[in-house]
Amino acid sequence: MNEPDAHANPPVDGSELIRLEQVTKRFGDNTVLDRLDFSVDSGKHVTLIGPSGSGKTTILRLLMTLTKPDEGTITVDGQQLFPAPEKQVREVRKKIGMVFQQFNLFPNMTVLRNVTEAPVTVLGMSKDEAEQRALDLLDLVGLADKAGARPTQLSGGQQQRVAIARALAMRPRVLLLDEVTSALDPELVAGVLDVLRDIARTTDITMLCVTHEMNFARDISDQVLMFDSGRVIESGPPEKIFSEPEQDRTREFLSAVL
Amino acid sequence: MKWDWNAVSEFMPHFWDGVLVTLQALALGSLIAFALGLVWALLMRTPSRWVRWPVGVVTEFVRNTPLLVQLFFLFYVMPEWGLTMSALTTGVLGIGLHYSTYTMQVYRAGIEAVPAGQWEAATALNLPRLRTWQIVVLPQAIRRVVPALGNYVIAMLKDTPMLMAITVLEMLGQARLFSQQHFQFTEPLTVIGVAFIVISYLASLLLRALERRLVH
Repeated sequence: MNEPDAHANPPVDGSELIRLEQVTKRFGDNTVLDRLDFSVDSGKHVTLIGPSGSGKTTILRLLMTLTKPDEGTITVDGQQLFPAPEKQVREVRKKIGMVFQQFNLFPNMTVLRNVTEAPVTVLGMSKDEAEQRALDLLDLVGLADKAGARPTQLSGGQQQRVAIARALAMRPRVLLLDEVTSALDPELVAGVLDVLRDIARTTDITMLCVTHEMNFARDISDQVLMFDSGRVIESGPPEKIFSEPEQDRTREFLSAVL
Repeated sequence: MKWDWNAVSEFMPHFWDGVLVTLQALALGSLIAFALGLVWALLMRTPSRWVRWPVGVVTEFVRNTPLLVQLFFLFYVMPEWGLTMSALTTGVLGIGLHYSTYTMQVYRAGIEAVPAGQWEAATALNLPRLRTWQIVVLPQAIRRVVPALGNYVIAMLKDTPMLMAITVLEMLGQARLFSQQHFQFTEPLTVIGVAFIVISYLASLLLRALERRLVH
């Protein structure tokens, strides 16, 4: 897949794509997100950092409709995702793709079928077109030769790259990345991050990324949000957050992970 | 006690009739148990408790009452309600229904063992619910439960002699009839005993082959 370089493909309009308003999420007595407000502009790459349990992953799961907020509203591309009727949720969900910490490939299908299944059944793409696109995407993630393999025959890093291809096959406007390298052996991390850097550089997909890879976050992010106890305590461009954070809590967190 | 090969050869034609009936009851009973058990398991997953509750009560009742009682009930009571079936049909339905209440538990365990991440990936890809069941959850769940289902086939085989109680002449029925007519018990009972071992061994080979094919 030949993507134009970054300069020929400037970030799109920058209008607001995702908005969370007063979103609260509780698990039992534990308030994971506390009246959270935030928005992401189209084409931006936003990284969520913070200690575990601070609600970062929950935001991605809310956007992917894997869980529901207790209060508040979530809007994507002008359409409400919560509260909303199931039909509307399905429409909005088409615009969002997600890559999981544990890959979650379908082990009973070949790599190729993992990538083509949803475009065919959900987008109504013809089988030939879906396969051609899938092969292009597998090529993009460096796995064109594994199309016929089963996920269990691949390394973790390869599985995760297939998962990225699978998410991209749905042509999402938003890509949610949930600690996508946390489950990988250290030597496999770079391959996955390189693919994501490539996607960040050459496409206009909006990215929301939860990660502990601070170098990666610094490279790709337009904005970094620091979470603590279910709230955003600080946000800004990566240069500022990583070099001169305002909050003590941010400084403390960064010195612990860097 | 003397072993009489003549009795064996005289019994053989009746034995083959019995084998045929036993295999029929086993094959059809298994099919019903596998299919109906899956239906029960899926109904127990519906969001409506107006479905789950009656299914739960009926299957619990069937599982916890003796197969023999159920066979008698189907054979002697159903006709009074206007539903008359042949003895073999009744037996197949009875044994299939009874074992479906066990296989449903096997399926349930298999479905629950599919990791949550599989459902989440299907949601993230916006796959419709039905499609998710079809191509993601059930293929993985069923693959996992084939060995457990196989055990119930063997158990069912060993319960087929109960059909004798509702006049079905399966292997034991044939053996008993022969014994009573010829006053020779050792030979026919030995023959069918061996036949049970052979059939269950062949069935387990078949299931193991199936298992291997499903694993890869």
